Amino acid sequence: MLRLLPLVWASLRRRPLRTLFTFLSIAVAFMLFGLLEAIRNGFFGGAELAGADRAMTMHRMSIIQQLPRSYADRIKTVPGIKSINYQSWFGGWYQNERTQLSTLAADPQTFFEVYPEYRIPEAQKRAWLADRTAIIAGKDVAARFGWKLGDRIPLQQSIPYKQDGNTWEVILVGIFDEQSNNGNIIMRHDYLSEGSPWARDRIGWVVSRLQNPADLPRVTKAIDSLFANSSTETKSSSEKTWVGDFAKQVGNIGAILSAVAFAVFFTMLLVTANTMAQSVRERTTELGVMKTLGFSNTAVTGMVLTESLLLTIAGGLLGLALAFGVSGAMRAALSTWLPLIRIDGSSTLIALSLMLALGLVAGAWPALRAMRLRVVDALRGG
Amino acid sequence: MSDAPIVRIRELSKVYRRGAEDLRVLDRLSLDVPRGDFLALMGPSGSGKSTLLNLIGGLDRPTSGTIEVAGAALEGLSDSALTRWRADNVGFIFQMYNLLPVLTAERNVELPLLLTDMNRAERSRRVAAALSLVGLGDRARHRPRELSGGQEQRVGIARAIITDPQILLCDEPTGDLDRKSGDEVLDLLQALNAQQGKTIIMVTHDPRAAARARHTLHVDKGMLVQEVA
Repeated sequence: MLRLLPLVWASLRRRPLRTLFTFLSIAVAFMLFGLLEAIRNGFFGGAELAGADRAMTMHRMSIIQQLPRSYADRIKTVPGIKSINYQSWFGGWYQNERTQLSTLAADPQTFFEVYPEYRIPEAQKRAWLADRTAIIAGKDVAARFGWKLGDRIPLQQSIPYKQDGNTWEVILVGIFDEQSNNGNIIMRHDYLSEGSPWARDRIGWVVSRLQNPADLPRVTKAIDSLFANSSTETKSSSEKTWVGDFAKQVGNIGAILSAVAFAVFFTMLLVTANTMAQSVRERTTELGVMKTLGFSNTAVTGMVLTESLLLTIAGGLLGLALAFGVSGAMRAALSTWLPLIRIDGSSTLIALSLMLALGLVAGAWPALRAMRLRVVDALRGG
Repeated sequence: MSDAPIVRIRELSKVYRRGAEDLRVLDRLSLDVPRGDFLALMGPSGSGKSTLLNLIGGLDRPTSGTIEVAGAALEGLSDSALTRWRADNVGFIFQMYNLLPVLTAERNVELPLLLTDMNRAERSRRVAAALSLVGLGDRARHRPRELSGGQEQRVGIARAIITDPQILLCDEPTGDLDRKSGDEVLDLLQALNAQQGKTIIMVTHDPRAAARARHTLHVDKGMLVQEVA
């Protein structure tokens, strides 16, 4: 079959413009697929990386409603919990309102007990504990704004309002590396509570780290039962469910992305199949001649399928390469909100399988037609 | 062995079904073609001569009768065996040349050799020899659209003889050519018959072309009607 490759190549060059347009359509489709996958990973990749041994507890109604600070101490008493960390959303912006930040306020004493995966030098952890106005920041956000250790940074925020204006002076004492949170800034919860009456003795949610991940269902149930029938009931879940639910608040992104990808591929299937069908129809006499010369049905079928596969694989690889480039740029631009935007190994594998499937399915009918072609009919022109 | 006819046809019939009607194109035709013959088949359109040529070349199956070509009983061969047999034993020359437009002259001639296990150097050597035999050694890199009709047909002849088949089947080989080009093609066929001993069976409407053959047979209504020369 290898020595027939130049024939396949020559067939592709038969109508160069048509081949080029089909090739580009396939490239665009695979670029779109790559980008959709990258965005899906951006939204849901966090759920896959979420700690299997962590539970989240928030207000039963919504995450916007706060919990009493005392809840943290009561949750800690539930058997099976190793440590807890309470947190609140801060958000904020830097320099102007368009530069929104992803800032959390957390209890620094227990933060690293609950999140051992954060990589940060010990000295920086101690510095964070030593100063109420200290913050630590992910390496991406620090790089984005050119922040260095020791920099004083004015964070702006109107909610929660501050008693003496809306500027929160903080000092950067640590830069951490944790792949799904490198766009985040973490300030101290006590600084937030003392600065804003709105946050005094109130917290956003509690993260519990369990001794044994298998206890998650029991522990979450036990936590919620602590506050059942109170004025502030809670809703606890695994961190994975929490991250997934959070992403779903933007809409059922997974379903939307799947629908778009399906539409794109169905269209591509029609475009490629049409190109191949036209190409084979135009070559009816030529295929008849080849069979006359002794080319077997298998050889002719193989050539048509190879032609279709070459088209989809070459186009697909170009599209995927473009998607890698564009998703890299997107990751850089959206590192604060979607630091996990990327085309991972499984997306690449799916794309490669789709290239193969598209080539085979689009080439199947024309290949079958070429195989069934009777020489005498073909020499008469089809 | 060499006295045995290269083509031996007995009681050959071919019937096509057109809707509810049977169309008998060949009717119990019997024919022997001696090895090394140059035979012209003439007859009006629809007489069955091209069908006969297709059956001799193993491109079609008879409805009944037997057909033995170059020692093989074609009606007994499977489709794949017939395809292999064709590649080894028969060269085809068509009225419309039927070259692949995307390939150069040399690549067109090389096509049948791609089915053999011959290496690239040997293939190139044989292609060059065949093109030079048909007088087109200097047109090897030209595509069909860059050649005249006569040149295209000569490339077609080079392709037909590249595997050194015993028998050449020509369907109106001069039908689309002017007189001069037609004469050149016929000169070439005569030379292949006389010098290389190729058996040639040629379907033609043109009495001038038929005159170049050693024998001419007329086919009408699916039967041989008379021998002219």
